[in-house]
Amino acid sequence: MNKSDSKLDGRPGSKPDDKSNGALSLPKPPGNPPESASRKREGGAGGSRGTGGPGGLAGFWPRLASLTRKEIRQLLRDPGSLAIGIGLPLVLILIFGFGLSLDVRNAPVAVVLEDPSPMAVDVIAGLELSPYISPVVVISMHDTERLMLERKVDAIVRVPSDFSRNLAAGDARLQVLVHGTEASRALIIRSYLNLALSQWTQRQAERGRMAEPAAAAASRTGMVVPVERMWFNAANTSTWYLVPGLIVLIMTLVGAFLTAMVMAREWERGTLEALFVSPVRPNEILLAKIIPYFLMGMLGLGMCLVAAQFLFEVPMYGSLLILLGSSMLYLLVALGIGLLISSVTRNQFLASQVALLSSFMPALMLSGFMFDLRNVPVVIQWIGKALPATYFMELIRTLYLAGNVWPLIFKNCAILATYAISLLALARLVTRKRLD
Amino acid sequence: MLDFLRRIASLCRKELLAIFKDPANRVILIVPSLVESFLFGYAATYDLTNVPYALLDQSGGIHAAELVARLDGSGVFHRAATLRTQKEIADVIDAGKALVVVQIGQRFEQQLNEGGMAPVQLILDARNSNTAGSAAAYIGGIIEGYNATLQSGAAPPLPQITVESRAWYNPNLETRWNLLPGLIASLSMIQTLMLSALSVARERENGTFDQLLVTPFSPMEVMIGKAIPSIMIGLTQSTIVMMVALFWFRIPMAGSLVTLYTGLTLFTVASVGLGLSISAVSANMQQAMLYTFMLIMPLILLSGLATPVRNMPEFLQIATLINPLRFAIDLVQRVYLEGVGLLTVIHDLIPLLIISAITLPLAAWLFRHRLL
Amino acid sequence: MGETMNEAAALVASAVHKRFLAKETGKIIHAVTDVSLRLSSGTLTALVGPDGAGKTTLLRMTAGLLKVDEGQLEVLGIDVALDPQTIQDRIGYMPQRFGLYEDLSVQENLDLYADLHGVPASARAARYARLLQMTGLASFTRRPAGKLSGGMKQKLGLACTLVRSPELLLLDEPTVGVDPLSRRELWDIVQQMIDEEHLTVLVTTAFLGEAEHCAHVFVLHEGKVLAEGTPEEIRQRARGLCFDAVPPPGQPPRILQSRLFDDARSIIDAVPHGGVVHFVRQPAADQRHLDALLESTPVTEVEARLEDGFMVLLRKQQDMDRPAAHAESGTRERTEKMERVKGTQGTAGPERMAAEDEPEGREKVDEVVIEVRDLVRRFGDFTAVDHVSFSVRRGEIFGLLGPNGAGKTTTFRMLCGLLPASGGFLQVAGVNLLRARAAARRKIGYVSQRFSLYSDLSVMENLEFFGSAYGLHGSRLRERIAIVMQQFDLQGREKSPSGQLPGGFKQRLAMAVGLLHEPEILFLDEPTSGTDPMKRREFWRRITALSEVGTTIVITTHFMEEAEYCDRIVIQDAGKLLALGTPREVRVQAGGEGNHLDMEEAFIGIVERARRTPAETPRREAVR
Repeated sequence: MNKSDSKLDGRPGSKPDDKSNGALSLPKPPGNPPESASRKREGGAGGSRGTGGPGGLAGFWPRLASLTRKEIRQLLRDPGSLAIGIGLPLVLILIFGFGLSLDVRNAPVAVVLEDPSPMAVDVIAGLELSPYISPVVVISMHDTERLMLERKVDAIVRVPSDFSRNLAAGDARLQVLVHGTEASRALIIRSYLNLALSQWTQRQAERGRMAEPAAAAASRTGMVVPVERMWFNAANTSTWYLVPGLIVLIMTLVGAFLTAMVMAREWERGTLEALFVSPVRPNEILLAKIIPYFLMGMLGLGMCLVAAQFLFEVPMYGSLLILLGSSMLYLLVALGIGLLISSVTRNQFLASQVALLSSFMPALMLSGFMFDLRNVPVVIQWIGKALPATYFMELIRTLYLAGNVWPLIFKNCAILATYAISLLALARLVTRKRLD
Repeated sequence: MLDFLRRIASLCRKELLAIFKDPANRVILIVPSLVESFLFGYAATYDLTNVPYALLDQSGGIHAAELVARLDGSGVFHRAATLRTQKEIADVIDAGKALVVVQIGQRFEQQLNEGGMAPVQLILDARNSNTAGSAAAYIGGIIEGYNATLQSGAAPPLPQITVESRAWYNPNLETRWNLLPGLIASLSMIQTLMLSALSVARERENGTFDQLLVTPFSPMEVMIGKAIPSIMIGLTQSTIVMMVALFWFRIPMAGSLVTLYTGLTLFTVASVGLGLSISAVSANMQQAMLYTFMLIMPLILLSGLATPVRNMPEFLQIATLINPLRFAIDLVQRVYLEGVGLLTVIHDLIPLLIISAITLPLAAWLFRHRLL
Repeated sequence: MGETMNEAAALVASAVHKRFLAKETGKIIHAVTDVSLRLSSGTLTALVGPDGAGKTTLLRMTAGLLKVDEGQLEVLGIDVALDPQTIQDRIGYMPQRFGLYEDLSVQENLDLYADLHGVPASARAARYARLLQMTGLASFTRRPAGKLSGGMKQKLGLACTLVRSPELLLLDEPTVGVDPLSRRELWDIVQQMIDEEHLTVLVTTAFLGEAEHCAHVFVLHEGKVLAEGTPEEIRQRARGLCFDAVPPPGQPPRILQSRLFDDARSIIDAVPHGGVVHFVRQPAADQRHLDALLESTPVTEVEARLEDGFMVLLRKQQDMDRPAAHAESGTRERTEKMERVKGTQGTAGPERMAAEDEPEGREKVDEVVIEVRDLVRRFGDFTAVDHVSFSVRRGEIFGLLGPNGAGKTTTFRMLCGLLPASGGFLQVAGVNLLRARAAARRKIGYVSQRFSLYSDLSVMENLEFFGSAYGLHGSRLRERIAIVMQQFDLQGREKSPSGQLPGGFKQRLAMAVGLLHEPEILFLDEPTSGTDPMKRREFWRRITALSEVGTTIVITTHFMEEAEYCDRIVIQDAGKLLALGTPREVRVQAGGEGNHLDMEEAFIGIVERARRTPAETPRREAVR
């Protein structure tokens, strides 16, 4: 009874604060030094109790700071998280930068010269000029087939024995055999071969034209020559589009995968139960998770930027500022996904599987990172277009290779912001201080 | 011997029951590999199917119209925009509306009629250099064809070379044909590695591993009892992906099933050995999961699934020698598409054997000697 | 001034109801039904009851962690359903598994909770000093929480909830898995806080001895409040029914205890205590029958304890729940069950039965089955087991006791062959288990502290698997399974996934698995941790029955009363062996001639004396 009295005596007016979340009062928090024990018995104890203080907004910053500090400490002390957050991005940068290349350079091609006439040699001389092909002249077709089986060569160009005879007659045939197992590579090699071989006709036509009288030349139709100009990727290397795309992968990895696992671990280990029964608000728990992993994601971004700039020398035409800004937006999206997954699964194994299947794999497969979305069936295009990663991928490649294309920047940033807001709101909605 | 087999059988039965009684496991073991094989089958393509292009025809002549008609009729290119001025090019490319702008100059008609060279400008968006390169090559092919028609009417005829190209093992050069056989090995590896890596860690976390260690089972028996179910599941998953490739995507199988399964079994044994070793060194499930994940990414990226091993720099090519998936993908593609026999792929089988021979005994040894 | 009634009561529950949906079975479980209670401020109140009585659910609802399905729950005058956050701002709550951040140090954990509760920096130094001194953690502030022993973790958890003085403190089984020493320290802290800061505390516990200190006790049973009152009022229910019987010299008390306990019609409860057998008779028991049962052992009437009152209450409830006929046959049922254990267990059974209590039998039994000499185990530079020697004879019940982190689990794991020794000699059933193969391990059974069978597998599948692990198959396997199923009352549960069995069933299944292959030695690691008195009695009755048929039993426990069932015990602390002998000898060693000390007091005495005396090494707790 004494206490209830003291509550009123000790701190009049503290009650209303309590209900209104005590934003006004900077309360005297209730931790009492032992020397105050006697005072408390006379009412001091009640004095510090009952204030809405520790739970109010006034406590927001200190609580958030403390939780964030805890989170960062845990992160720094957990080798597994560091491995995923820093080690794996490094490995990925190196692999994608050095290891993965779709470009064809110096593909070995066997030339079976069954007709060693000067005309035939002249024809295949075109192959030597191509930087993409390195021809090897072989005599017997039989040996060549074996080379092909062993994948020593990617293709065979066969010049049949009647080639020059037929050519003189006006129509000769050349055979090109490509090893089709690696389809994309084969496709490229085939078109290079076709180009190199057909150039002979062009050269021939040109020679002919020079020899012919002008009148005769005028009577014939000319030839169409394609002149290619590769915009945004003058070097035409896949590194230029893989490395910027890697930023998306790494952000997804840290934001969604790692965060989902770390948050699920708290559910699994029961550390949240004690935390819940304290003045902590769900917002603070979520924010404290977001901040360190946000920083870690930015660190990954930094590594990518540095590697792209200095290691792989990918040019950046757009604004770095916009790149940073949009990366932050996407990181928030990824964090939202990660937090959402962990709050729903509350189990590390499940969370990691779901995060992998719903964010990382799609970011790898369906965002246009490796495979161009324009080439896939409509249904898969739709799925791709529903993914936030797709928009970030497009944006980041544009910023890197094309420059500040404002309509695209505005559109994609708006989409990413919408995703970020709704996913984080959803994560907040499912994170309640409840066990059931 | 009979006793030994009976004990192994009982361990396997327990393992399979424990795996499949968990509804989450049932879903995780079947659904992802099915979904992924469909998704990859459709999405992972470097083939051009639908390329938006923009036309800037400044000549307005008949030849230009003929050429454009060929482009439009290719089924691959569709016109997203028709431009009037040079300035518009940047807009359509920047915004990604067109992958390529075909610019036909004012003098195009004249040049052709004079019998000269008539350049056509192809401005390509090479943010994805791969698609850009393919598109350029494709257009080059179309122009080539057009040139041939132009010349055929001419007298006297210029000598013509017809290039007959044929692709071995993949006549239409579809990316899918090389990817799906690769997936037969890689999708199942993800799962078997994860499954075997978690198997001991999970038992350790649940305390059942202690219960198992006080029984008369020897570490070797425990290891075999863990390995066989994982191998069975891995092979089942390979089979699922193979069915999808064979019956849904209708990629014909050139080789023999016996050869294929011999290779696959060896590969699965090797990856289970890898998984069990991870399992034995990790203290809990979280660690096992992180280690596996750390391992899977490089294994898949450096396997030749996405990009050819030969395109990698020398040091990475050497690093792939310890990657079982590298050998398995080569093996499956060869057997499936090329139809080779066991002897031809012996250079794939031997490394797999070596990897298994190292990882499996290592795992068995670690079971007993890492008991904290 | 008298504000409202609610202000005075820290907690008011009116007709609170909580349901859960069991996902696997789709059945609705009524965890808490129609509970009304009232907790006045400034008091220490206990919620006691058997497992699954709804204690934790009630606590979680109070903390706002679970939704109240029906009824009203007011904490500090606030409806939990309306404003859980305000309540959470003001109360303290220590869940059963306190979520310490194991990567963070002791100090960092404290700081975190102080920050969260908004304790001002100025108040911290003094508060920390006091908490660290009370918990004895002062010299470990930089150690990561994950590397503390179980008892220390619990104390740190309590310190974290006490970084400021909460208006209501909820403690959920704070002493489960905690040794008597740490347990006493925990209670001292709570008591001190109540005295000095007028804390209101609600604690759940399965330790009735602990509830004795409380001002008020609620007995929960199957989600309902069975009784409430001061401990004295609960004790009253057993008044005049409690007696101590002195067993014949040279005979372990458990023999008399089990005889009494088996007779459910006349005896409500019987338990060995301080060398005698403490029992509660049925009020309606036939005196002549009782006398016959006691066989002229000297009996004195004693004060009732809280536990006695609790047992009386529960027995009454059970008899009411069960059909009358069932209750009648209670006696026979209990004895029959034990007979079955005897009849079916082990080949040694019949001859041992015949030899019971006879000197010649004793001789045969003197054979040593476990021999430990100078056993050492080091983890890095930390010595967990330090030159320990003892031996266990065939048919003995052998207890390993010691505070958390004293090295008893390490010793235990080495005995089972789960951990190699760093030095010394170790022989179990004639062989070194770690080196010896299958044959040796076939001779032991193992029941671990946690339920460690495959929880996704059904009861039958677990039995089949472990049976075949021991080389049983075909008809022999089926036969053994049938026997243990009957022995441990598992019939009808064959198909249930074992992970979903109620706690008691799980433990019986674990025992059944451990005994499937009729081992010579059964190892039990803290089998009774966190279980209620009723279940502990039943468990021990099975153990004593097993020992009657010649199975050697090695057991670790935190319940000191349970040491009284043992033939001999060892007490270990800081890796060293402090005492070895019969419970009586150990009590004598602790300084209590005769029966003045109970086992818990003896234990604390011995450990504290050892820690006080040659203090050459500072007190070390296990780092694993």
